[in-house]
Amino acid sequence: MKNPTTVERKSDRELVVTRTFDAPARLIFQAWSKPELFRRWWLPKSMGMTLVSYEADIRTGGSYRLEISHQGSKPMAFFGKYLEVTPHSRIVWTNDESPDGPVTTVTLEEKGGKTLLVLSELHPSKEALDAAGTGALDAMPETFEQLDALLAELSAGGAR
Amino acid sequence: MVQYSDSRLDASFAALSDATRRGVLEQLGRSDATITDLADKFHMTLTGMKKHVSVLEEAGLVTTEKVGRVRTCKLGARGLEDAAAWIERHRELWSARFDELDRVVEELKRNERAERPNKRK
Repeated sequence: MKNPTTVERKSDRELVVTRTFDAPARLIFQAWSKPELFRRWWLPKSMGMTLVSYEADIRTGGSYRLEISHQGSKPMAFFGKYLEVTPHSRIVWTNDESPDGPVTTVTLEEKGGKTLLVLSELHPSKEALDAAGTGALDAMPETFEQLDALLAELSAGGAR
Repeated sequence: MVQYSDSRLDASFAALSDATRRGVLEQLGRSDATITDLADKFHMTLTGMKKHVSVLEEAGLVTTEKVGRVRTCKLGARGLEDAAAWIERHRELWSARFDELDRVVEELKRNERAERPNKRK
């Protein structure tokens, strides 16, 4: 049984994603901060994308760089630096591949063996968030297909 | 948080429930067009096409601009990307990603449990 992931637009400039894990915070931090573990989940297989390369120096002031390729296309690079890394509770990084990229903050809050993960993307302006894509995912299905899927879901009573 | 009003969503979905209107959006996705162009393309009267365009306009999917006697239609500022679809796209990404992270974390948990007896001695 999977725990649900929720996404909401907290303000004009902020997107917030939440998810609970049935595990202590330190294991989530470990899966996030060890490159060989991170590589296993950042690009789920269902997306049909490949992590061509990944380098990360996960500590405050360190930097990272990912290269992602979609079905053999020319890789897209994503990079930035860590503004804060506090083991087991908080990771903050910049997204510098775009001049108006957001600052992403992940917090882990453990309670009774479960951990609430909150990821927030704070964009420099409303326009930047409106235009924010989902990275290499934008190379994916046409908006029409997505709307069709959403319509099907709504008519099936899948959403309120 | 920002609430996307149900009425706005209803308008979007109602607008998209019609095959001609979806065709119009597809057409406008390729290039802007006048109402006359669209009416010709879809073999409709001007009045009929105007009605379709105004439904799309009310839903925010299309904007129109009148220059002289010609009204030109283009995809709305967000085009087809309605607020709900936009949120849904982000949710799909993060949900897939975190489900995968969950798998990795569960494995770490199992490994840790397996190791624990040794640590206790």
